[in-house]
Amino acid sequence: MTEPLLKVQNLRVELTTRNGTAPVIDDVSFELHAGENLSFVGESGCGKSMTALAIMGLLPEGIGRITAGSIMFDGQELTELSQERLRRIRGNDISMIFQEPMTSLNPVYTIGEQIVEVLLAHQSISRADAWAEAATLLDAVRIPKARERLKDYPFQLSGGQRQRVMIAIALACKPKVLIADEPTTALDVTVQAQIFDLLRDLRQETGTSIILITHDMGAVAEMAERMIVMYAGRIAEIGAVDDIIGTPRHPYTKGLISCVPHVLAHVTDEKQPLTEVPGIVPSLREFGKDQCLFASRCQHRTQQCLTARPQSVNFDGAQSADCWHAGTL
Amino acid sequence: MTDKPTTTDQSAPVTELLDEPIEKARHPFMEAWDMFRRNQAALVALIILVLIIIAAIIGPSLYGRDPFEMVWAPFTPPGQNPDFILGTDYLGRDLLAMIISGARVSIIIGLAAAFVSVFIGVTIGALAGYYRGWVEEALMRFTEFFQVLPTLLFSMVIVALFGASLPMITFAIGIVSWTAVARITRAEFLRIRELEYVTASRASGARDFKLIFGVILPNALPPIIVQSALMVGSAILFEAGLSFLGLTDPNVVSWGQIIGSNRTYFLDASFTVTLPGVAIFVTILCISLVGDGLNDALNPKLRSR
Repeated sequence: MTEPLLKVQNLRVELTTRNGTAPVIDDVSFELHAGENLSFVGESGCGKSMTALAIMGLLPEGIGRITAGSIMFDGQELTELSQERLRRIRGNDISMIFQEPMTSLNPVYTIGEQIVEVLLAHQSISRADAWAEAATLLDAVRIPKARERLKDYPFQLSGGQRQRVMIAIALACKPKVLIADEPTTALDVTVQAQIFDLLRDLRQETGTSIILITHDMGAVAEMAERMIVMYAGRIAEIGAVDDIIGTPRHPYTKGLISCVPHVLAHVTDEKQPLTEVPGIVPSLREFGKDQCLFASRCQHRTQQCLTARPQSVNFDGAQSADCWHAGTL
Repeated sequence: MTDKPTTTDQSAPVTELLDEPIEKARHPFMEAWDMFRRNQAALVALIILVLIIIAAIIGPSLYGRDPFEMVWAPFTPPGQNPDFILGTDYLGRDLLAMIISGARVSIIIGLAAAFVSVFIGVTIGALAGYYRGWVEEALMRFTEFFQVLPTLLFSMVIVALFGASLPMITFAIGIVSWTAVARITRAEFLRIRELEYVTASRASGARDFKLIFGVILPNALPPIIVQSALMVGSAILFEAGLSFLGLTDPNVVSWGQIIGSNRTYFLDASFTVTLPGVAIFVTILCISLVGDGLNDALNPKLRSR
């Protein structure tokens, strides 16, 4: 296998809170290959977005910092790069789209100006060429009458259109990795499907690797090849999407999948009651304890779960789950 | 009627799409102008203000009488001599000529001093609000230091030390009045820097300079603009205060200076003091009303009224 494009090893990110520091990302390792689509799923507050921000070097200043581990991107160690070098990578080699398309565009500039801005920041092209390129990009994200709409302000666009513009900005410099942090959470369902279609098509055309962060198991099943289930800052389960959805090994993954109605709907016709994962994600104070952090919500917990952090258990293929009972469940 | 064959078949499918024009949303500036227009006091004030500014620009050459020249008997009340509509001051100089050329000085100093204070205030406030941490700490302590200085006294000291020229007076006024702008700018920066589009810009590789002046500042402008408009008014007042105390360029006429030099004759010829006073009053009032209108226009929270 070729060298992965992005290789995160034993990453640990700590947040400073009033009660001291808490590891919001605890010993996370994964690889992303060129052209691959990797998905992060998990509840809110599990460290999915933090992982993305850590890769971008955009952890909240003065509060969050990387304390251990490495992020290798394309032969460079991102955790050791200067701010200036990181800035050059951001938007050029790795770019990101955000959850809230309604507020992710600067309200005082036209969308054309915002796309051109990114192009001029990273590429040595003339302003006229940048405008032509911006029109092409808007066209590529399927905004009709692209050339005219370049002169529109964000408030003249709908939420779905704004997210398309965000994607256009993110893809402007043909990045190697696109991080999509819940790109459709704020959009309605029909628009969600369109955005996912768009992302999938663009990936095929450009070969950009996509890291998709989402709550939406359905989207993961459709979009991604591999997925990572995160819980309380740790990886609960990692592997190919088909394997994990077919045979989830970690009780948390099982819980997440059984929460989704349509994943089960085509498997069986009899209506199963929709389950939920009882309880909530532990507070930051609990993070980093030497135990299984899911134990408080797990019906299979044993004494072992409460006294030691589970080891990663490998299954055939590349699937592995961090659970003491993964093999027996 | 009914059995007449209709020319168009109502059941025929419409093949071509209706080419509906994209609804042209209005530019934010037009929106703001609309809101401003609704405030009639502000509109009237703006018109008066424009007239005052025009008078200040072309008035002196149009009226053509030297404000320093002694042209008639001192203390001629207004209306007595049709040649000197507003009368003459204690040296027999034409009051109208003095007020017209005083308008020029007052407005230039008002604008320039406001510019100086906005420049200092925005720079300091922006850096403090953007960088946070010790930069903010240091800059805000610095701002507080200027805030507690007695402003009039401090500017008098500057003018007295470095000479009463127009640039020095402008600087003296600007240097004592930037703190409000700095605080507003900092507050806006603290709010805006956490918004998503700033993170998005950062994620697309924008430099700090670009983030501060290209991304955050344009969005922080509305309250700064309102404050700057009011600042022009207070700078004019400040200049009037300084020149009333005699701290002014003796080679130019300003409203405060007319009041100051005629103040000893107030009981005998009150018009020499009240007329330039009215000029100051009207100008400041208009600036305040325009500032109020700008606030209506630029503050979306007031839109619903």
